Amino acid sequence: MFASLSDRLTATFKNLRGKGRLSESDVNSTIRDIRLALLDADVALPVVKRFTSSVRERALGAEVSQALNPAQQVVKIVQEELVAILGGQTRTIRFAKQPPTVIMLAGLQGSGKTTFAGKLGKWLKDQGHTPLLVAADLQRPNAVTQLEVVGERAGIPVFAPERGNMGGHDAVLGSGEGTRSFGDPVAVSQMGIEQARAKQYDVVIVDTAGRLAVDANLMQQASDIRTAISPDEVLFVLDAMIGQAAVETAQAFHEGVAFTGVVLSKLDGDARGGAALSVAELTGEPIMFASTGEKVTDVEVFHPDRMASRILDM
Amino acid sequence: LSRGKLDEETWEEVEDTLISSDLGVEATMELVESLRTRVKVDGATDEATVRGWLREDLLALVQPDMDRRITSTRVGDRPAVILVVGVNGTGKTTTVGKLARVLVAEDREVLLGAADTFRAAAADQLETWGARVGVPTVRSEKDGADPAAVAFDAVKAGIEEEVDVVIIDTAGRLHNKVGLMDELGKVKRVIEKQSEIDEVLLVLDATTGQNGLQQAKVFSEAVDVTGIVLTKLDGTAKGGIVVAVQRQLGVPVKLVGLGEGPDDLAPFDPEAFVDAIVM
Ligand SMILES: Nc1nc2c(ncn2[C@@H]2O[C@H](COP(=O)(O)OP(=O)(O)OP(=O)(O)O)[C@@H](O)[C@H]2O)c(=O)[nH]1
Ligand SMILES: Nc1nc2c(ncn2[C@@H]2O[C@H](COP(=O)(O)OP(=O)(O)OP(=O)(O)O)[C@@H](O)[C@H]2O)c(=O)[nH]1
Ligand SMILES: [K+]
Ligand SMILES: [Mg+2]
Ligand SMILES: [Mg+2]
Repeated sequence: MFASLSDRLTATFKNLRGKGRLSESDVNSTIRDIRLALLDADVALPVVKRFTSSVRERALGAEVSQALNPAQQVVKIVQEELVAILGGQTRTIRFAKQPPTVIMLAGLQGSGKTTFAGKLGKWLKDQGHTPLLVAADLQRPNAVTQLEVVGERAGIPVFAPERGNMGGHDAVLGSGEGTRSFGDPVAVSQMGIEQARAKQYDVVIVDTAGRLAVDANLMQQASDIRTAISPDEVLFVLDAMIGQAAVETAQAFHEGVAFTGVVLSKLDGDARGGAALSVAELTGEPIMFASTGEKVTDVEVFHPDRMASRILDM
Repeated sequence: LSRGKLDEETWEEVEDTLISSDLGVEATMELVESLRTRVKVDGATDEATVRGWLREDLLALVQPDMDRRITSTRVGDRPAVILVVGVNGTGKTTTVGKLARVLVAEDREVLLGAADTFRAAAADQLETWGARVGVPTVRSEKDGADPAAVAFDAVKAGIEEEVDVVIIDTAGRLHNKVGLMDELGKVKRVIEKQSEIDEVLLVLDATTGQNGLQQAKVFSEAVDVTGIVLTKLDGTAKGGIVVAVQRQLGVPVKLVGLGEGPDDLAPFDPEAFVDAIVM
């Protein structure tokens, strides 16, 4: 629909040559282009506003260098600002001094938590760790079975003392109450940690049910799980295709489970992934992993610079 | 739109409201431009009037008169066949379960086909849904079976057992994966060896941003989508991207998902959709 940002900026500045400062009106039309590009990439609106105002400030103050034309100059500023937000504090898993290291996964329904549990398990195993997956989603139909299959594919043991929602045993319920209450996920999580201690697994990865930002009951349940197991990391798994809902979602999970890191999933798609910028800027938590497919090996450490280019198609 | 006066800040609020609903820049600019023109021409200054106009314009964009019915009774001497498709994790399997529930409540005989043979425990998940709503599921016992073959078997069983509707669940796939989209095309063609397909429902997650339009385009090219199901509308997401989808592809939103329970499926209501954005 739109030309790439670089192309548009080049067009904006085609009449401007040589040395000097960018004029206010040049910068304003540029900011408009940047704003559109960011919104088109699904960057959250409040983040777009903050971002464009800091780019405007820098662009107005910038000396136009001889090596770069004005368009390149602004693109460079934008790129630098993006990377600063996305990669402000890049890091990977923080391990506990006393094993087991406890990692809890949380996020919206269908974001990719269970799949990522297998990937993270495999990634850790390949580095010499001995992870255990814990099936604490007792809500989604056959989530426990799914985690068991994922564990098998990844070659990681799964602790699943409850079967959760399966076999249609609530077929008689006519109330449409959803798929809650098929056992106690808090107790399962706690038992998982005990199991890891007893059997000497050095990392525990707890898979939890998907939940909406506005679902106070389920958010409380996630918070209760967190309190019960005091995780070393709480990873928020976010679908890279998400749009403006990223704002409330990131904020609600940040408040509800105090996540310590972000996993961006389905990056093998063609979404521009503005959500990455949104969640990093709104919560200040680092994006740690990129999930890039359905196989257990489809996981990478997050690269801020690649993501910056992707968001703005540069 | 909270204050009485129509200053620049108010216009920015209007724009923000629309953008925040994932309507996209293009539709937002269009709506705001036409609203500004109308305010200039008609000279309205009170907020209620302008809000009413915005509601009108947005409703017109949503095209309330589109045909949103779903074919779900026998067609001649064969069952209706519904194919459910979409990217990963949008709510396809859940929608199949909920739709079966609606049809069972209308005394329809329903059969499910588990043509997701790829994702871990996908067939189990569908079978659980089938059991919850009292409907049998045709599946393969082994992982990685040919999805087209399972879909074929399900439709075959539906024809033999003279059911009213067969609903086929498929694996989630990202639209930019050519091989997986080809596979989906094959599922459709193989079903069509025995029966026409009456509905191809594309399941879109309401939290999806601008990528939703690309999803709809590519799925439509591959399998000729006849309707959209907009899921997860029980959250804060408004699902504004479907406006662009309907407009560019002419494919109506037919159903909405409002939760994880068996009764959380409803017909798409254009007025309620617009009110959730504007009001
Ligand atoms: N293409 C692609 N698909 C993914 C990725 N991560 C997960 N998926 C798929 O997305 C769908 C949902 O993944 P799950 O792992 O079940 O998501 P979840 O967050 O556990 O879902 P709930 O437990 O229902 O909330 C499945 O079809 C996965 O195969 C990814 O990085 N790329
Ligand atoms: N809140 C809410 N959750 C939903 C809705 N529809 C589905 N879900 C949840 O979203 C998650 C994914 O749903 P599925 O039906 O497994 O999605 P899918 O498209 O079949 O996923 P794949 O087959 O893995 O691509 C599950 O946790 C569902 O319970 C809805 O309308 N509202
Ligand atoms: K999703
Ligand atoms: Mg899960
Ligand atoms: Mg499914």
